[in-house]
Amino acid sequence: MLKTFAKGGVHPAENKLSAKSAIEVLPLPKKVVIPIAQHIGAPAKPLVKKGDEVKVGQVIAESGGFVSANIHSSVSGKVTKVDNVIDSSGYPRMSVLIDVDGDEWLETIDRSDNLVTDISMSAEDIVKRVMESGIVGLGGATFPSHVKLSVPKGKTVEVLVLNGVECEPYLTSDDRLMLEKAEEMIVGVRILMKALNVSRAIIGIENNKPESIKSVTKVASRYTGIEVAPLKVKYPQGGEKQLLKAAIKREVPSGALPLDVGAVVHNVGTAFAVYEAVQKNKPLFERVVTVTGKKLSKPSNFMVRVGTPVNQLIDAAGGLPENTGKVINGGPMMGKALNSLDVAVTKGTSGLVIMDDTESVRRAESNCIKCAKCVDVCPMGLEPHLLSKLAKKQIHDKLETERVMDCMECGSCSFECPASIPLLDYIRLGKNRVGQIMRARK
Amino acid sequence: MSQIVLFTLITLSAVGALAALILYVVAQKFKVYEDPRIDQVEEILPAANCGGCGFAGCRNFAEALVKADDFGSLYCPVGGNDCMEQAASILGKEAVAVEPTVAVVRCAGSCDKRPVQNKYDGAKSCSIASATYQGETGCQYGCLGLGECVDACTFDAIHMNPETGLPEVVDDKCTACGACVEACPNDIIELRKKAKKDRKIYVSCVNKDKGAVAKKACEVACIGCKKCQKICPFDAITVENFLAYIDPEKCKLCRKCVLECPTSAIQEINFPPRKEKKAPAETATNAEKKDNNSSEPEKKEESC
Amino acid sequence: MNLLKIAPSPHVFGKKSTKSLMSGVILALLPAWAASVYYFGWGAIVISLAAVASCMVFEYLIQRYLMKQEPTLTDGSAALTGLLLAFNLPSNLPIWMVVLGSLVAIGVAKMSFGGLGNNPFNPALVGRVFLLISFPVQMTSWPLPTGFTTSGADVVTGATPLAIMKEGLKGGETVSAMMDKIPSHMELFYGHMGGSMGEIAALLLIIGGIYMIARKIITWHIPVILLGTIAAFTGILHAVNPEAYAGPLFHLLTGGVMLGAIYMATDYVTSPMSKKGMAIFAIGIGVITVVIRVFGAYPEGISFAILIMNAFVPLINQYIKPKRFGEEVKHG
Repeated sequence: MLKTFAKGGVHPAENKLSAKSAIEVLPLPKKVVIPIAQHIGAPAKPLVKKGDEVKVGQVIAESGGFVSANIHSSVSGKVTKVDNVIDSSGYPRMSVLIDVDGDEWLETIDRSDNLVTDISMSAEDIVKRVMESGIVGLGGATFPSHVKLSVPKGKTVEVLVLNGVECEPYLTSDDRLMLEKAEEMIVGVRILMKALNVSRAIIGIENNKPESIKSVTKVASRYTGIEVAPLKVKYPQGGEKQLLKAAIKREVPSGALPLDVGAVVHNVGTAFAVYEAVQKNKPLFERVVTVTGKKLSKPSNFMVRVGTPVNQLIDAAGGLPENTGKVINGGPMMGKALNSLDVAVTKGTSGLVIMDDTESVRRAESNCIKCAKCVDVCPMGLEPHLLSKLAKKQIHDKLETERVMDCMECGSCSFECPASIPLLDYIRLGKNRVGQIMRARK
Repeated sequence: MSQIVLFTLITLSAVGALAALILYVVAQKFKVYEDPRIDQVEEILPAANCGGCGFAGCRNFAEALVKADDFGSLYCPVGGNDCMEQAASILGKEAVAVEPTVAVVRCAGSCDKRPVQNKYDGAKSCSIASATYQGETGCQYGCLGLGECVDACTFDAIHMNPETGLPEVVDDKCTACGACVEACPNDIIELRKKAKKDRKIYVSCVNKDKGAVAKKACEVACIGCKKCQKICPFDAITVENFLAYIDPEKCKLCRKCVLECPTSAIQEINFPPRKEKKAPAETATNAEKKDNNSSEPEKKEESC
Repeated sequence: MNLLKIAPSPHVFGKKSTKSLMSGVILALLPAWAASVYYFGWGAIVISLAAVASCMVFEYLIQRYLMKQEPTLTDGSAALTGLLLAFNLPSNLPIWMVVLGSLVAIGVAKMSFGGLGNNPFNPALVGRVFLLISFPVQMTSWPLPTGFTTSGADVVTGATPLAIMKEGLKGGETVSAMMDKIPSHMELFYGHMGGSMGEIAALLLIIGGIYMIARKIITWHIPVILLGTIAAFTGILHAVNPEAYAGPLFHLLTGGVMLGAIYMATDYVTSPMSKKGMAIFAIGIGVITVVIRVFGAYPEGISFAILIMNAFVPLINQYIKPKRFGEEVKHG
């Protein structure tokens, strides 16, 4: 019996169309747009101005606090503007625009393909390097990684859990990365273990990626303390709390962090980025992005420089199909629909899902029949029907006691609702408002 | 037989008397004293329970009025000054006269003026749309057109115009309770001083982008050119963040700024038609159109 | 190029819809319906057609002309109410009573509360109980299962096994003596007995129930706990005095218990939303049913039991919360 989390969950059609496409390096774009807020936390502060020449890997915006991250140039060329440009948030936000000229890297970066397995850095230096390299959680949440590696006094970490679940339908970037870069990723895992001073790491991979499980298991078996845990396919297993429940059977209490149950979770993509940063001195300025969709002629996985406009990726994957209804940044369950194809790839872009006009339709809402399917599928044990009603009526104190802040916006309730009620839309609204109220109270 | 009747009568009377006694004792014991003036004041309030006063309902407001030492900021926008004066006379306090206001929608970005770039397909709520992205058009400040203000209005005083996709206030019905102002996530609606004959002059735009960006997103956006500020003889106009604002306290409704505005972002409403002078043709027709907009819907080439 | 659509996540949706759930329940009811046609002949067909048609017509008219909204007939809920109502009626009931029952079910019990999803009581049961109280004679002269051989006024009527048992026990007879006068357990299981149209064929009702659980239309909680409660309660009574109280198997196979437990108590709208709540609800129904059957005036009590527990559902939903994630803190 394969492991999985106990409560709730749904089974959206997997549609992993690009699982067989090897990672291709996307040609350099002519222009890049690099937003200075690509992570959770304070936006970075731009260090460059119009007319500055930059090299690949150069810091162009520096971290704006502890929970923040450096932004590096992904190309070499000239800064043309530092201005508000629409990014994946749907709003114009401060970005650095660079015209690409050649491909000149900082000399400190090791560009060779040699696998470096010996870890010479100390734990402190690793954390420092991770911070300098601007590494954030690459699963999509983009939480700065060094924060998770800095264990506060009084807390101990017993186990590092690697998230290779990729429970979102369509997306395959982590799958391909684990398959093709297993060696590097495992070194990254060992680096993370050293930084956290733990002797045990568990790599959780859903069972629909048998080849990745095979390749990662093969490499991991060479080292002690690294296990691979194949998990039963169920959405949202990639949620931190769900993964911990599935992999190590621990429940993170409401409002607490994985750290409170002695665990730290990192994405497998982050582990690869950590390898490159620590062993190759290469900051985070490129990532694997899945470009997929049922009508797309060539669903692919690309290695993309941050800041590349989305339409260039779509062109490389066979061009935008006719009657495209939606382009989703991320997976179809939690990703955000883009309002423009000029939006740039950021550190958090795990994939682009192109949906055709008929696939992306929301059905008309009808009366709630109290079938309780939303309650059944909620992985957090909440009552989505109630939360959405309270949010609509703006009863914020009750929302708080009904634990709206536990909601991780996985979308299972909206997915399952037979009456097609946009439950999550309202819950998210209520959550934002309750969050504001709670912050104001502090 | 008569014994049974008698017995029944006695028992029932005894039960009745006992019940009455219990009721009386309980009613006395748990009696909550209420100032009778609360009822009196509540009587004269509009009983709309709209929350425009900042209280949950008219009764709560009446309680607050009775309790308050002076009326200060307590004001019922629906009942207006008359209502407050009546309340004051009941309570023997001083009413603070407040100038009546009316809700004004500060966005004129109808679909022919503000090109649509996306199609929103989420829950029909402006708050949700605004948390998701900047809106269907290039303007991130303007009306999202999903009618949260209409839902918030308890007086049926604001409606979506299907031709323009924008909400329109019915001045006669608007009580200035502020529910729509609160509801709008983009803060487009403002309560402005009511002038005679419901005349209004205001900047119908809240776009804080630079002129070029704003103009690109919407034909009738304020581009922050400051022309109106220069021509205003009463110093009523300020421009901040590329956006002009006409102070209703200072504005004397002279209409000079309306002609000056290059994008027709300043609107004049309920004025008599101007005499044809050297005004640019476009602006004049525009002004005319605005004059009749309460009586007949504007003609648009395309509907949204 | 089309305008790109913008919407908050999620962007994909499951296949379940109100319509698919309702039609799933109707599908699950069909085998039992076929059995009642087999046992009761034309009467069963006429009654069910009348009930389904009148429910749909009433819903359409009320939505269209009274509530002034778009009629939602296609979601199948009115048809399901009609079918369930028919299942709860004897197959020789006059048509006008069926129509009256439908009017009460749809008009009073469902639409007056605001339509689908807002009714506190199960509409079909309200219709049935209304008829039972208004026309007790017609509602309790059940035709005996004679198939298509007889029709109309010639139908032979008789009491249900439950009523026979009740009368007998009241008359001072023992359970074992009464058992000889009613069909055997096996016959009860197949549905060869007098009774309301749809309540007789326990086997087929269970098959339908398993189908609904397999298709995830309902969860197992309410039917299993309800039947378990009835079995346990009557089992204890039977063990205490086997001659005064019939055994659990008799109680499970007679009357409307199977129909009630699998199809009526599981009605989404009128049952609790959390698993714990469902358990309380099901136990309540089971206990009340047995109390009415054994100690009350009516031979059958599940309709009343479900309606009584329906009234508690808002309270249960208010106080019984699902188990939140994170309450079970384990250090491994």
